Amino acid sequence: MLKFCSIFSKSKSKNLFLLRSRTKSTSSSQSSPAAYTFSRRIFPYSKHSSLLAPASISRVPPSRSFATDSEARDSIEYDVVVVGAGPAGLSAAIRLKQLCHQKGADLSVCVVEKGAEVGAHIISGNVFEPRALDELLPQWKQEEAPINTPVSSDKFWFLTKNRAISLPSPFHNKGNYVISLSQLVRWLGAKAEELGVEIYPGFAASEILYDTNNKVIGIGTNDMGIAKDGSKKENFQRGVEVKGRITLLAEGCRGSLSEKIMGRYNLREKGGAEHQTYALGIKEVWEIDERKHQPGAVLHTLGWPLDHKTYGGSFLYHMKDNQISIGFVVALNYQNPFMNPYEEFQKFKHHPAIRPYLEGGTVIQYGARTLNEGGFQSIPYPVFPGGAIIGCSAGFLNVPKIKGTHTAMKSGMLAAEATFGVLNEGLDMDMYWKALRNSWIWDELYKARNYRPAFENGLIPGLALSGLEHYLLRGKHPFTLKHGKADHEATNAAQLHSPIQYPKADGILSFDVPTSLHRSNTNHEHDQPPHLRLRDPKIPETVNLPVYAAPESRYCPARVYEYVADEHNQLKLQINAQNCLHCKACDIKDPKQNIEWTVPEGGGGPGYSVM
Amino acid sequence: MKIMVAIKRVIDYAVKIRVKPDKSGVVTQNVKMSMNPFCEIALEEALRIRESGLASEVVAVTMGPSQCLDTLRTGLAMGADRGIHVDSTSALHPLHVAKILRNLVQIEKPSLIILGKQAIDDDCNQTGQMVAGLLNWPQGTFASKVVLDKEKEEVTVDREVDDGIETVQLKLPAVITTDLRLNQPRYATLPNIMKAKSKPIKKFTPQELNVEIKSDLEIVEVTEPPKRKAGVMVSSVDELIEKLKNEAKVI
Repeated sequence: MLKFCSIFSKSKSKNLFLLRSRTKSTSSSQSSPAAYTFSRRIFPYSKHSSLLAPASISRVPPSRSFATDSEARDSIEYDVVVVGAGPAGLSAAIRLKQLCHQKGADLSVCVVEKGAEVGAHIISGNVFEPRALDELLPQWKQEEAPINTPVSSDKFWFLTKNRAISLPSPFHNKGNYVISLSQLVRWLGAKAEELGVEIYPGFAASEILYDTNNKVIGIGTNDMGIAKDGSKKENFQRGVEVKGRITLLAEGCRGSLSEKIMGRYNLREKGGAEHQTYALGIKEVWEIDERKHQPGAVLHTLGWPLDHKTYGGSFLYHMKDNQISIGFVVALNYQNPFMNPYEEFQKFKHHPAIRPYLEGGTVIQYGARTLNEGGFQSIPYPVFPGGAIIGCSAGFLNVPKIKGTHTAMKSGMLAAEATFGVLNEGLDMDMYWKALRNSWIWDELYKARNYRPAFENGLIPGLALSGLEHYLLRGKHPFTLKHGKADHEATNAAQLHSPIQYPKADGILSFDVPTSLHRSNTNHEHDQPPHLRLRDPKIPETVNLPVYAAPESRYCPARVYEYVADEHNQLKLQINAQNCLHCKACDIKDPKQNIEWTVPEGGGGPGYSVM
Repeated sequence: MKIMVAIKRVIDYAVKIRVKPDKSGVVTQNVKMSMNPFCEIALEEALRIRESGLASEVVAVTMGPSQCLDTLRTGLAMGADRGIHVDSTSALHPLHVAKILRNLVQIEKPSLIILGKQAIDDDCNQTGQMVAGLLNWPQGTFASKVVLDKEKEEVTVDREVDDGIETVQLKLPAVITTDLRLNQPRYATLPNIMKAKSKPIKKFTPQELNVEIKSDLEIVEVTEPPKRKAGVMVSSVDELIEKLKNEAKVI
């Protein structure tokens, strides 16, 4: 009896229990049999007794229209609505308020953010180039921005199974800082609020609002309190319409609304852009032995454990307080469907040159996110009627530098300046596109444009061309290499490859997914419809599993996708939506583009604080 | 009729807790904080009573450093009418909180105090009971159902206890602490969050309320629970007895 009480009153330990029952591939739907063995009445489910609920099913609830159509929504109006409180979104908001102060204007700016707090969904390497911040908030040092570890060394290794060969570092990180982007974004959020920006974390923009002329007039937030089967729960709350004269989309890489907008207004064709290409980055922050800690030390590696056909590598950055960021990035145009980026990362940590840093340390946080690798060739025309796309949602990451924060911030600032022109002086939002083309973003990305595409032919040709680029050509050549296939098309059929045997986690340097996931502080209200939608519910069992051996069960860094045997011993896809880290890998890599990542109830997702 | 609800700002329930290297406590820096889930349920119950017309005002009280104002604003966004912030940077134990609440009661004069049964950071389960003791008010703790009879000035509380459900009838004014199954708290909507910015928050210090924050408790050490060791499969009853006797030394 006491045990029953303790299961229901200790919410902390309950949550651990919940995650474990989600990620084990169990076919039973009851996860705590012990609780039911004594004779007392069964209590109705409540918000916290989530461990009693069965695992989520893969089918989209048939009637998704139940709640949204009936009731009218409250509507709030602003001059500018920004979706996403990341570096780009907050830089845009701050810049707008600065312009208002300078020119004596008054524009209301609202930022909606799906994470529970500003910074909760922010994860990045990060070696920060302060170029844009110097322009935006030149007094950042005096105002105590969390930027205090200058880069002290810059190493670049080529790894083989047992050795690390030092190569000349292609990076010029002098003047840059090793930071936690989540911490910097929190600081930016505070700065924005000081200037009068209204920031609302915990609210997910789930739809775009249009007027009768096909112009974007704002966003709608999610309805909250809908049960898994689609019915309204006790605490059902209708979403809200947040209308803006201008809407800026700053959702980060593969933003769900941004992708819809780019499709609707044909922004890639308009910009003469190729498709976007992506990589998946998986990262841990460790607290290590202080004798091994060198604040500001920057290390990148190439080679092992990836093969020469797969683009990717690792990073290891020393922050302050004996903390390091260690991560692994794998380009998502990999061909082998048995590739498991998470396991490659775990394997990498055992390398004899890497493990000494980690031995004696503990993992503090874990997370994952996709990033853009398309660079210059993939920049869409970022303006649409009623707004613009900024930051990684458009895609300004400089791949050879592996930096996208400074360009994202600058794009936000340029969009803010254009927005100010539109709202205050009646100018055209196309000014943003012109400003981008005349800015250092364009210049940088143009010079960097051929590095990544050179690797389409493999590691050695890639490195050779990179060397040529870096030392001789420096972007001054008349040609622009094209990208290869789109990431989802690059996956080969499983029969062309054999399964990769990954070593078992040792619990000291490497860990299993549930353990890592617990460290991401990720959580979602469990009783909601799965936010990962299948366009055709039959494809996982008819295509993904037989043809590609279910790659989603391997590339997802949160073990959302599992194939579980049902009562007829048939393998069926089980979507553990509650584990989702919002990385968007599935939206990108699913071979038939059958998985659509949509935004879950606001406030859910990871809880990054030092990533 | 006025209802006072005490809410506490704690580490969010989904966060992975880490013990500080010096073992003096748990890491709270850069860690997500939210309203204690049981306090959310308490506030929700107070709001429902007000919405049914039986109460006129819900006052939310929080105690702690200035960051607690975030939690108080969330409470106001859920629907509380006014907030009270007792500003204190020292560690507040249940007895301090209970004494402060007793002194606030003399100012505010509510007919009902609703609290969460316990906070998820210390799991004390003491504050509500102490407040009732200090005020000499009846208490209904671990409430899974609350029915207010305004005319008779009574509240009937179903309590979840080890043996099942116990129903108690309390004469107002009374103290209620809430358990998990009482209700499902509402979400704070965007318009309500905006309205909450202009709701009044009164600030007090413990000294103003004549409560001395002197700690009779000293936290000596905080450690992680020992890692669970793998179980051992035994092949026979004799082996089990032998292991229980010689290895575990329990018989």
